[in-house]
Amino acid sequence: MNAHGFIHKYGDNVDTDVIIPARYLNTASHAELASHCMEDIDKDFVKNVKQGDIIVANKNFGCGSSREHAPIAIQASGVSCVIASTFARIFYRNSINIGLPILECDEAAKEIQNGDEVKVDFDTGVIQNMTSGKSYQAQPFPPFIQNIIEKGGLLNSIAK
Amino acid sequence: MGMTMTQKILAAHAGLPEVEAGQLIEAKLDMVLGNDITSPVAINEFEKCGANSVFSKDKIALVLDHFTPNKDIKAAEQCLQVREFANKYEIINFFDVGQMGIEHALLPEKGLVGPGDCVIGADSHTCTYGALGAFSTGVGSTDMAAGMITGKAWFKVPSAIKIVLKNKPAKWVSGKDVILHLIGMIGVDGALYRSLEFTGEGVKELSIEDRLCISNMAIEAGAKNGIFPVDEITLAYEKDRFQREPVVFAADSDAVYDETYEIDLSTLRPTVAFPHLPENTKTIDEVGTIKIDQSVIGSCTNGRIEDLRIAASIFKGRKVAKDVRCIILPGTQAIYLQALREGLAEIFVEAGAVFSTPTCGPCLGGHMGVLAKGERAISTTNRNFVGRMGHVESEVYLSSPAVAAASAVTGYITDPDKMN
Repeated sequence: MNAHGFIHKYGDNVDTDVIIPARYLNTASHAELASHCMEDIDKDFVKNVKQGDIIVANKNFGCGSSREHAPIAIQASGVSCVIASTFARIFYRNSINIGLPILECDEAAKEIQNGDEVKVDFDTGVIQNMTSGKSYQAQPFPPFIQNIIEKGGLLNSIAK
Repeated sequence: MGMTMTQKILAAHAGLPEVEAGQLIEAKLDMVLGNDITSPVAINEFEKCGANSVFSKDKIALVLDHFTPNKDIKAAEQCLQVREFANKYEIINFFDVGQMGIEHALLPEKGLVGPGDCVIGADSHTCTYGALGAFSTGVGSTDMAAGMITGKAWFKVPSAIKIVLKNKPAKWVSGKDVILHLIGMIGVDGALYRSLEFTGEGVKELSIEDRLCISNMAIEAGAKNGIFPVDEITLAYEKDRFQREPVVFAADSDAVYDETYEIDLSTLRPTVAFPHLPENTKTIDEVGTIKIDQSVIGSCTNGRIEDLRIAASIFKGRKVAKDVRCIILPGTQAIYLQALREGLAEIFVEAGAVFSTPTCGPCLGGHMGVLAKGERAISTTNRNFVGRMGHVESEVYLSSPAVAAASAVTGYITDPDKMN
C-alpha cells in the first residue's frame, strides 16, 4: 500500500473543531463533511486539495472531540495519508478504524514543507520527500492494526 | 511487576491475571455510550456491516443531548435515526428530550456506570466516569458500533502519570481549578496515550462533583483516562444508585508510573484558561481586565447541582451586567428539578440569566449561545479552541462556575472573592 501526493502543512495541536467545525455535525454525509474540511484553520483547503494529497502536521494532531467526522472529512476530501509528530489518541484510533492511514514521524513532520511532493510506503514505513530528496523512516503499523487495515476497517475485521 | 489501577481494571475485563503497558488486549465492556452526533455514524456502520443484533439491551446508552431539543431539521433527522434504532433494538437506556441530560452528568446520576466498570463512549468526555473508579474512555463511532455488536473493544494498555493531591482547597477553588492548573502544568498533550491516576490524602477533600469535573477534562491533557481511587465518598454516592455491585480496584503499591506530580490543593487559586488552548492558564490574580459578552455555566464539566449552588450563591441579590448574556444549563432533568426546589432557578432568573433545559448546545457552538465575530465568553465548559463556541474570530475563556458567575455580574473576568 502506498500514498503519493502533495503536502498540506499545519502546526501543533490541530483540533477536531477546526478540522470539521461542530456547526456541520448535523450530518453524517461524507461528501458534505468533506466540503467543510479544515474550514476554520485553512479556508482554501477544500479548493486546493487534490486526490492523493497528504496532510503533514506537528504534535497532537486531531486533539479534542471524538468526532469520527474529522478523519471522515479528511478521507473524503481525497487525502491519502496524514503524517504528524504525534496524534491525539482518539483521532488515531478513529483513523485506523475507518482505514485512513496515519503515521507518526517527528523528523518528517518537522522538515517536510507545504507543497512538497511526497511518497509513503505503508508496508515499510518509508516516507520519501521527492522535492527535497530526503527519506524518513516511520514505524510501520503493528500486526494488530495491519489486520484491521487489510480487512478494510474495524467492522470488516470483526464481521463473521 | 505491580499494576496501576487502570491496568488492574483492564486485566480483569480482558480475563488476564496481569497486563503491562503497551500490551494489546480485548476487554469486555460494561457500557457503550453514544449521543445524537456520534450515534448516527455508528448506526450507519452497524447497518453497513450487516449486524442485526446488539450484544446487550441494557449495556448500551443512547443520549440525545448535543443538538437537542432539535436545533434544525438535519439535527432532528439525526435524532430520529437514533430514536428508531433504539426502538428497533429495544435499547433500555435510551434518553430522549424530557428524560435526557448531558450524557456525562446523566450516566453517573442514573447509576449506569460505577466503580470497577470498563466503559467506552463515542464522546471524548467519556473519561468523566474515572471519578467513580471506572476505566472509561472516549472512542469514535466505529468503535461504538463494534462495541454495540460484540460487547468488546481493543485497547493498548496505557502507562500512567501519578498525580498526588495534598491538603485542602481554599474557598472558591474547585475541581475545575485543579484540572485547569494541571493542564497548564503538563500541557494539552502532557498525558497523551496515558492514564492520569489521582491519589493522595487531598482526594478526600474533593466532592464527587469536583472529581467528575477533574476526570472529565483528563482528555484535555491528551489522557486516555483520568481515574480516582474508590473511597467512602464514592461508595456513599453509589449507595442506592449504582445498578450493579461496585468492584473496588486499587493500584498496587509497586505500580510503575512514568512520572509523578504533586499538587498542593491549598496553594491553588481560581484559574482561567485563555484562548485558544486549555493549557493557556493564568490564576485569577494574573488575568487583568478582560471584558466579556457572554457567561455560560453548565456542560458535562460543570452542570451539576454543586456547580449551580455555587453560581446561585454569587447571583443571589445581584444582577447580570447590562452588556452580558448569562446562560445557565443544568446537566440533567433531576438537577433542573432540584434547582427549582432549592430556589436556585428563581435566583438565576431574577438576576437576569437564562435558565435552560439540559443541552450541550453552546459548549460546541451548536445552539443556545453561539458567539458572533469578535465576541468573548467566559465559560465553565471544557474547550476554548478556535471557533469552538461560534465565529472563528470569537474567544472562549474557561473557568469554574464561581468565576463565570462573578464575571457575569461585573462584565469582566472577576475573582469571586472580590465581589462587593
